[in-house]
Amino acid sequence: MTVQSPPIAPPALDLEDVEVAYRVRGIWRPVLRGVSFTIADGESYGLVGESGCGKSTAAFAIVRYLPRNGRVMKGSIAVAGEDLLAMSEEAVRQMRINRVSMVYQNPGGALNPTIRIGDQVAEVFAIAGASASEAQDRARQMLAKVQISDPGRVMRRYAHQLSGGMQQRVVIAMALAKDPTLLILDEPTTGLDATVEAEVLDLVAALRRELGTTVLFISHNLDVIAQMCDRVGVLYAGRIVEEGPVRSVFDNPRHPYSVGLLRCLPRGGVRKDRQRLDTIPGFLPQLGADLPACVFVDRCGLAQDVCSAREPDFHDLGDGHRSRCHFFEQAQTLPRSAPAAGVAAPQNGGEPVIRTEHMNKTFRQEGQEIRAVDDISLVLGRGETLGLVGESGSGKTTLARALLGLTPADQGSIVELEGRQLAGPIAKRGQEDVRALQIVFQNPDAALNRRFSVHRILARALAKLRGDRGRERETHLRELAHSVRFDVRLINSRPAQLSGGLKQRVAIARAFAGEPRVVVCDEPTSALDVSVQAAILNLLVELQAEKGVSYLFISHDLAVVRYLADRIAVLYLGRLMELGGAETVFGSPHHPYTEALLSSVPQADGESRPRIRLHGEIPSHADPPSGCVFHTRCPRFIGDVCVNEEPSLKEVEPGHFWRCHHSIDALREMQRTAPPERDPERAPEPAAEAEPLPPPAADPQPGGAS
Amino acid sequence: MSAGAPPPSLSPSAGGDLAVAVPPPSVDDARLASRERWRLLWHSKTFIAGVVIVGFWILCAIFGKAIAPKDPFAADPLNSLVSPGSAYWFGTDRLGRDVFSRVIVGARDILIVAPLATLLGTVLGTALGLITGYFRGAVDDVLSRIIDAFLAVPVVIIALLAIVALGPSKVALIIVIGVVFAPIIARTVRAAVLSERELEYVSAARLRNERTPYILFAEILPNVMGPVLVEFTVRLGYAVFTVATLSFLGFGIQPPAPDWGLQVFEHFGLISGGYWWPVLFPAAAIASLVIGVNLLADGLTQAFER
Repeated sequence: MTVQSPPIAPPALDLEDVEVAYRVRGIWRPVLRGVSFTIADGESYGLVGESGCGKSTAAFAIVRYLPRNGRVMKGSIAVAGEDLLAMSEEAVRQMRINRVSMVYQNPGGALNPTIRIGDQVAEVFAIAGASASEAQDRARQMLAKVQISDPGRVMRRYAHQLSGGMQQRVVIAMALAKDPTLLILDEPTTGLDATVEAEVLDLVAALRRELGTTVLFISHNLDVIAQMCDRVGVLYAGRIVEEGPVRSVFDNPRHPYSVGLLRCLPRGGVRKDRQRLDTIPGFLPQLGADLPACVFVDRCGLAQDVCSAREPDFHDLGDGHRSRCHFFEQAQTLPRSAPAAGVAAPQNGGEPVIRTEHMNKTFRQEGQEIRAVDDISLVLGRGETLGLVGESGSGKTTLARALLGLTPADQGSIVELEGRQLAGPIAKRGQEDVRALQIVFQNPDAALNRRFSVHRILARALAKLRGDRGRERETHLRELAHSVRFDVRLINSRPAQLSGGLKQRVAIARAFAGEPRVVVCDEPTSALDVSVQAAILNLLVELQAEKGVSYLFISHDLAVVRYLADRIAVLYLGRLMELGGAETVFGSPHHPYTEALLSSVPQADGESRPRIRLHGEIPSHADPPSGCVFHTRCPRFIGDVCVNEEPSLKEVEPGHFWRCHHSIDALREMQRTAPPERDPERAPEPAAEAEPLPPPAADPQPGGAS
Repeated sequence: MSAGAPPPSLSPSAGGDLAVAVPPPSVDDARLASRERWRLLWHSKTFIAGVVIVGFWILCAIFGKAIAPKDPFAADPLNSLVSPGSAYWFGTDRLGRDVFSRVIVGARDILIVAPLATLLGTVLGTALGLITGYFRGAVDDVLSRIIDAFLAVPVVIIALLAIVALGPSKVALIIVIGVVFAPIIARTVRAAVLSERELEYVSAARLRNERTPYILFAEILPNVMGPVLVEFTVRLGYAVFTVATLSFLGFGIQPPAPDWGLQVFEHFGLISGGYWWPVLFPAAAIASLVIGVNLLADGLTQAFER
């Protein structure tokens, strides 16, 4: 199985005009509308598109694993030349055992929680006919192959004792165990931290080089596809609208949807004051809608009469690049749907709205103290956006919740709002303080009460935060809805009836109901599709310009933070590692941890930088490393000084602070090149588990076992 | 090539991940969802059977006197213990009263006591469950241990003790059964609240400085009504049975009421003499009502837990 297989060999996967429909309430609703693509042996093919466009349905159809109400209505699917739809149940089962593997988004769900990792991986070999001891040996080899440093130890563990990244490695090991003809990866890194994602993607790339496996890579993330795939198909409303070599499609898109999608991303260092993000107007067509002509016609800025009259054919652009658009030549002239001009940031003049000094937050767990936020001193100016970045577990959300008073900071922490100390818990804060600080949560489904109408949600916020009543409240409610561009006609809908973007607008409106001074945005767009994300980011920028509100913007998406933030704070293990203007932090030199974070982001524009990988897991809060807390993973590790002395937060240039023993000049010089791999002798061994098992104290135990 | 389970990389997660493939709800779909739930309910044979049985007994409870062919209280010593036949469909009891009429009219007491007791238990239990689930910590620990202690003792024993103390009356019966059921319902509600309180709409309410009762009863309660409703119907079945049991033991509804449990109690000694009808028909009535209520509960559970 190599790339140079003879031309007569059938392609690893061949979909021909596949139509899949789901039966919902007695009606067959098409989800895939004639999807055709071919993956050559050894090739890596990406399927990209927004949620609801049929990516996962395609994957399930390929392994004949559609839900009971789904059916392939038309077309053919051939795996290595064999017609899948004509196979018997038993033949399909054998195919799943031997030839096709699938890796899902949530590795925790893909592993059996009651079987040890070793036995689970060995099972794959046992099913293929290996003896028990042979299966164990091969399982160990397989785990070593996915770069698990101590396979013997991991094999004795259960799934919940491994971190997300480690779990996904195990799942990949199981998927590759049978040396599959075709490996389907369905959003394999979506739930993972950027640093872990980078590691898993590197692993998949390395394994592909080694084993020559054919890969179908499904993702909503254009950057990930760009990094991982040879060719890409852009899926929209169940149809492939553009297809071709990755570089060609991303650098020279020829379908208005691809063009729009790429413009939605904040890329190449664009910032809010220079350019507004473009959006794609309208919504994905409803499931099962009748779409006789071009599927994108309703949202396309180039659409003409012919587009709603006739389904465009694929236009060949050479080199396998094809576009399904009547006006493929003009695709890149697609008019912007949002004005291009950036929004001038209101000049803040440095007047602080929020100031924290020596802010701590300690949790007590099983008699152990866990310091989730450690001695953080920050200032947030009026009308300013402070980006808060770091891996999960770095204390971003804890910091925000302490500011808001949901989980109050420790005694002795100074937390000031406009120069006055804020009471810790929200219940002790006065009305003015309560309305001054609000939040937009990550997941609007959880943040909006699903039993309340939009009207009731907003009316309650106005009543409680502003004391509005009667007519006045109705007027303000309409103004509020208008200010977040929420259609007042939908005001009596329940959240479930709204799309993700609309729900997030409601959540934003609620946060702005009391005319707050500071709004915490906790990953407000990470549950949304890119086109919706762009619209929400534009809205946040506009609201800030109008109202002069300050944002504390938490995100793991560095491109988004760079677009929005004026200053950036980088947290690691509850400590402030670096703080400075957005361009300063993103420009060189930066703290080694920031350097590693930046380096882990895949880039659709193919910009190459020195690659740094952080190995191992974030150390436990209960037992932080000595000296500099980052020394166990630091790519610019110096030596004993890092292990023994905790560096202080020092100002290395005006307004730019970091916590590192290196001098700014030393790091500037170093960061011109990638660091050497750390000497394995000196580097502390990367921990195999999320937490060392003994002592189990750090593991919160559900109380009251009855 | 052993033919065992499908490959592990596919099978274990399939259940969870299939949801991904199910198309996301659109504006229309969401509005249809609750209508769909009721449509489903009315297409469920289980639920319909329950409605028919329970509906029949409710009609008997309301119009009992009008339906009954004879006066259920009229003693006729000359015609005592007549076997079922055309004159007396279900025969007569030891005082010569018509068993059929007594079974029909007997539906009233049990259908007043059992639902009211269940309602009381559900209201108390829901409030308790909301409080223990929301506060957790010390409040939860103390209340939950009390609930556990309560649950450790058989319901009938506690009820018996309480009735002895309060004296048998319908009100006492309602209060006792309600209080005894509350901890059981509280447990179910608490479990639902535990997951609900972690959702951010609760944080959002706290950030408006809402009072705790508002958060509990206006924000969280509507979201746990599904389990509460299911629990209500399940407990109703038990309540019917508990009322009948207490009456049978002489601590429930008092003579000369035509209560089913009481009728069984008054006549079960006569079974050995071959007089089975004054026992069998009231017992069958109890059984049918319990089954009917449980069918309703099953139907609701299926519709709400999908």
